[in-house]
Amino acid sequence: MRPSLTLRLLAALDKKSWLALGVFLALSLIVVPLLHLAVGEDSAFYLSTYFITLIGKIMCYALVAVAMDLIWGYGGILSLGHGLFFALGGYAFGMYLMRQIGRDGSYGADIPDFMVFLDWKEIPWFWSGSDHFAWAGLLVLAVPALVAFVFGYFAFRSRIKGVYFSIITQALTYAAMLLFFRNETGFGGNNGFTDFKRVLGYSVTSPETRLVLFGLTAIALALTLVFAAWLVKSKFGRVLTAIRDAESRVMFIGYNPLWYKLSIWVISAVLCGIAGALYVPQVGIINPSEMSPANSIEIAIWVAVGGRGTLIGPIIGAFVVNLAKSWFTVSFPEYWLFFLGLLFIVVTLMLPQGLVGLWKKITARQGASA
Amino acid sequence: MISTLNPALDDRPEGSDGADQMGHLVSGELDLSHGVALYLEDITVSFDGFKALNKLTLNIGAGELRCIIGPNGAGKTTMMDVITGKTRPDSGKAYFGQSIDLTRLSEPEIAHIGIGRKFQKPTIFEQHTVSENLELAMKTDKRVWKSLLAWLSGDERDRIADTLRLIRLNQEADRPAGLLSHGQKQWLEIGMLLMQEPKLLLLDEPVAGMTDDETMRTAELFVSLAGKHSLVVVEHDMAFVERLGGLVTVLHEGSVLAEGDLATVQNDQRVIEVYLGR
Repeated sequence: MRPSLTLRLLAALDKKSWLALGVFLALSLIVVPLLHLAVGEDSAFYLSTYFITLIGKIMCYALVAVAMDLIWGYGGILSLGHGLFFALGGYAFGMYLMRQIGRDGSYGADIPDFMVFLDWKEIPWFWSGSDHFAWAGLLVLAVPALVAFVFGYFAFRSRIKGVYFSIITQALTYAAMLLFFRNETGFGGNNGFTDFKRVLGYSVTSPETRLVLFGLTAIALALTLVFAAWLVKSKFGRVLTAIRDAESRVMFIGYNPLWYKLSIWVISAVLCGIAGALYVPQVGIINPSEMSPANSIEIAIWVAVGGRGTLIGPIIGAFVVNLAKSWFTVSFPEYWLFFLGLLFIVVTLMLPQGLVGLWKKITARQGASA
Repeated sequence: MISTLNPALDDRPEGSDGADQMGHLVSGELDLSHGVALYLEDITVSFDGFKALNKLTLNIGAGELRCIIGPNGAGKTTMMDVITGKTRPDSGKAYFGQSIDLTRLSEPEIAHIGIGRKFQKPTIFEQHTVSENLELAMKTDKRVWKSLLAWLSGDERDRIADTLRLIRLNQEADRPAGLLSHGQKQWLEIGMLLMQEPKLLLLDEPVAGMTDDETMRTAELFVSLAGKHSLVVVEHDMAFVERLGGLVTVLHEGSVLAEGDLATVQNDQRVIEVYLGR
């Protein structure tokens, strides 16, 4: 009997993982809100706005890391341009947030401040509809998907692989960054979008809105994880890893790698777009620096540190690296990039399977000695 | 989200028997009515002026078991590349059956219409288990959307189990294929070819690295496959070629030097010169 899709989704994770996922959701949706709202600020258990924003942000990064792992760890395609898709999702939702400011901007105009500054009289055509939440939501998915599809189609059809593909993705995100830096492009130039006031009419800075965004991010991360686990366990996932390991064999048994690579590439880009859209209202700013080549390389480092080809690894990697980053950039700001470089070298040389691989080694050794 | 991706997930439009989106057309079904499975005429392939194939003309009958021999650089692997769509000939015709023009199809399309290829170096999916390797090769709808929802039916499981027994790897079914011995990897790759249910099998040095016992069993297997399938075997091992029987074609400098049974070609003066002259 062919089991239903629901059953197969349930089988995507084992019991322990479902339990861990349940605990994670209970913490994010119940415990964190309680500790933020119901506990006094002087209590030791109080969770600050800083903490919630930081963890919310890192959960968005973790989502990007899972998306990166799908294409790199399972598809064997190293993208060094995933920051672009993240930023595109962020910009798409940022447009909506800018429109929600309404007349509360410094110029009190109907159009966003930067347009007044450019001496524009009305909303340009590509901003039309951006005042509708649903349209913005559609753009969050469709823009990264479209860019990824067009770029991926030509790159994969030309059989561009390995380091050549990685370099082209770097160039792609760099070119997009230069484009978005221009004021005339119509996305706020180097300042990007900031000073958001409302989302769906609710104040973006109110604790309740922050907690809702935090909870939505946690749910998005959990759903992504289940979806990714199902994907890599399906026959599609097996074909994908087969393409990674022996692409010519895959072709000669009758699969067209183009559509497999393109599918996972587009799926990965869309997941990044969702993460970007959740990131922007929580962090309160999106600007072209998100598209800088270094940002995209950092995404690859999260995945490498956590362990690629495992789904939990990238999440751990995103948390470890970014928590270290927030600590470093406060305590020793000038040493952060040295540390990041060192981390990458150490992981590449000593821990090819990342932290998850290290953990597996340790538990295997204990199991052997016990 | 998925539904917006739908066009991207399909590699062939529904119900098109072999036509893909790129506008290439396969002219109809495989037609073996004239008893010819593969028809190559005046195929020329040159790389930077070097003619790897020089007006090669070769016919393989339906159900035939043909051996191809020849010194290194004679063009054996290039010939397989042309048949499987990896290399496009500069000139000449390549037909599968009466009506399918191989020079217009991509590698996956050619695999789809029934040509299976075994590489010189065993090429399997080392990270996947032995039975997963067979599952991936199995003849089925290989579009993205179908793979997402694929689930092995009882029949399909039986077919995998049958093939596992045939290639004597049923004890290894759940082991990663990378752990197999060299000879076992060769057998697994042959098993993968069989799962594809091809009409024509191209086998590039299938017994390289096998023990004598494994070699003889492989010969038995190939002989039993002939008739239902057409086989083209490139091999250096003359004992193996002798065991297979059938016609032998000698390639030299990109074209056919001699053709006949093994004894005839071995006594052919030109063949002796080509082999001894080196």
